[in-house]
Amino acid sequence: MRHIISILMENESGALSRVAGLFSARGYNIESLTVAPTDDPSLSRMTLVTSGTDNIIEQITKQLNKLVDVVKLLDLTEGPHIEREMMLIKVKATGVAREEIKRLADIFRGHIIDVTDSSYVIELTGTGEKLDGFIQALDGKAILEVVRSGVSGIARGAKSLKV
Amino acid sequence: MVLELTGAEILVRALKDEGVEYVFGYPGGAVLHIYDALYRQEDVKHILVRHEQGATHAADGYARSTGRPGVVLVTSGPGATNAVTGIATAYMDSIPLVIITGQVHTWAIGSDAFQEVDAVGITRPCVKHNFLVKDVKDLATTIKKAFYIATTGRPGPVVVDVPKDVTAQVTEYAYPKKVTLRSYKPVVEGHPGQIKKAVELILSAKRPMIYSGGGVILGEASRTLTEFTRLLGCPITNTLMGLGSYPATDKQFVGMLGMHGTYEANMAMHECDVLLAIGARFDDRVVGKVELFSPGSKKIHIDIDPSSISKSVRVDVPIVGSVGNVLEEMIKLIKAAKKQPDKAALAAWWKQINQWRAKDCLRYDHKSKLIKPQAVLEKLYQLTKGDAFVTSDVGQHQMWAAQFYKFDKPRRWINSGGLGTMGFGLPAAMGVQLAHPKATVACVTGEASIMMCIQELSTCKQYGLPLKIINLNNRYMGMVRQWQEFFYKGRYSHSYMDALPDFVQLAESFGHVGMKIEKPGDVEPALKEALKLKDRLVFMDFITDQTENVYPMIEAGKGHHEMHLSPERELA
Ligand SMILES: Cc1ncc(C[n+]2csc(CCOP(=O)(O)OP(=O)(O)O)c2C)c(N)n1
Repeated sequence: MRHIISILMENESGALSRVAGLFSARGYNIESLTVAPTDDPSLSRMTLVTSGTDNIIEQITKQLNKLVDVVKLLDLTEGPHIEREMMLIKVKATGVAREEIKRLADIFRGHIIDVTDSSYVIELTGTGEKLDGFIQALDGKAILEVVRSGVSGIARGAKSLKV
Repeated sequence: MVLELTGAEILVRALKDEGVEYVFGYPGGAVLHIYDALYRQEDVKHILVRHEQGATHAADGYARSTGRPGVVLVTSGPGATNAVTGIATAYMDSIPLVIITGQVHTWAIGSDAFQEVDAVGITRPCVKHNFLVKDVKDLATTIKKAFYIATTGRPGPVVVDVPKDVTAQVTEYAYPKKVTLRSYKPVVEGHPGQIKKAVELILSAKRPMIYSGGGVILGEASRTLTEFTRLLGCPITNTLMGLGSYPATDKQFVGMLGMHGTYEANMAMHECDVLLAIGARFDDRVVGKVELFSPGSKKIHIDIDPSSISKSVRVDVPIVGSVGNVLEEMIKLIKAAKKQPDKAALAAWWKQINQWRAKDCLRYDHKSKLIKPQAVLEKLYQLTKGDAFVTSDVGQHQMWAAQFYKFDKPRRWINSGGLGTMGFGLPAAMGVQLAHPKATVACVTGEASIMMCIQELSTCKQYGLPLKIINLNNRYMGMVRQWQEFFYKGRYSHSYMDALPDFVQLAESFGHVGMKIEKPGDVEPALKEALKLKDRLVFMDFITDQTENVYPMIEAGKGHHEMHLSPERELA
């Protein structure tokens, strides 16, 4: 099963490589991983998407907790949560396709943030599925470049992952 | 008054304030300021090894035999890489070490400078934690954190990488008495509900079994474990790492378990109905094939490391906490419980176990014209009255030492169980001898293993360490030969040790006493003579039977009930 694990860790150099190293050394898979400092500059927040049997996920969370730099950890998929991913996509936009792509971007609530006479850059936010859907809806030949941020997630409700 | 010191002075002063007795190390460019600071004081004693691997193993032996953290100091680049094997060895066996590695100047980091390696990166997968100190102001606190992390929770090695310019900068020195880390809070107390459940389960058992490991020794819980086991009256087995945590001469002890464990220990593991694992981690050499492991038992597991629990074998009642605390709670509950161990069921269980014992699975040929390695170890045990410190290398000799030297006390048996590092025995023995200057310290080794850190004979001479080296010389990498005999139809690919040195001359050239023993009748007199030489290192080269194998043996991937016994036993 797919799990989204949120990690609060010390914002130390090398903290990211401890997590990445743990996953490669123990053969766990990482679908995506995002990391950035929080409102408290001494802490980084990491969102990690992985999959595995219950046993493996149990080991992953235990091994992550064992890292000395990890302050707190939450498996978001254990409760109601929100996940979002941002995509920047550069597409060929010439002739009739120009209008069509603009309409498609509107339907998906994307924004065109860069325009030339032959291309657009579109910004789109949503679940991974929505981003996949947009890519599917486009004519594959029109896609010049895709950049995805990886998933960020947060639990619903008033409870929060904080120190 | 404020005390202004250089980084190098701070480092040495911090070690002193931490109560460090010995630093095992080897100098080089990046640590010259530190060596200068060492020179200008007398509190912290430095032991100069002959290879950085030796430094880590020596510090490790010191730590294993005392319970105090071992300290290592090496230079950047090759100094750090040479130390890695010893760091990984300590990591696998959860031994507290603090390793200080020199680093190139902060401004040169990342420039492929002379003797630069990414020490933090290289050691990351084999340390509990590591630090790069970029500012001298952080140095004292980082050293404190390193000792704190290394020695608490599940212990382990911690590397502190210190750039050369940091050791030259000056700042105010104050050593913190205590540090707390918001991200690191080891659990000590076990969950009361789980402890209660565990006690109920044990008291309802008909065939209870205790399997305990190195965690009991690390947690200083041997005495508590002994009281607990006697209270229950059930059989107990120890892992290779746990030997000595329960007195081996006690009647409830059924020997070591696992790949080369006793018949009775492995059969009892297989047939028990409640299994209590204490400070042990269900290692693959202990468990064999997971699906066949102790199939009919309910399992309780006490461990300080949550990630050890249900890693390979699912357990029914996990308890996270320090083994000593948890066992003390359990003892209280058992003493207060109405229900007591089922005496009749226990008697039947012991009857069964004694039948397994009667197989006498460790028996070997006593009439051979060749020296049997087992006989040497049995004699060593008798002559030292079971009270020596015994270090070992890796191979058949290690297994025989574990089987034939009966350890009644913890911290007496010093071996690399997890990583299985050949070369460990001699340097580890140096650390043990320094910590226990009056004790008999024997290093049981093989002619292949001893060659891996043989240079340390020179260190032994310099510091007058009177080790007794028991070299069981079978002219083979015996354990490799055994596997090749069993699983490769006797194709002994590169396991024969050709062109061996004359060990007697070799020992003498280092300034020690050498002995060569070739006849069974000479074993005892030679050992007696060597043990009498209290202030000399004696290298005893025992020419042993080349064909001897370690039994019993469970092949990798088999169950505990599928043991091979020695050919003589199979016939019996
Ligand atoms: C550093 C290292 N390299 C290789 C091995 C693999 N290995 C395990 S036992 C062994 C043979 C050891 O031979 P020896 O020291 O003579 O001991 P014996 O088995 O003959 O008692 C080898 C090569 C190891 N454990 N460690």
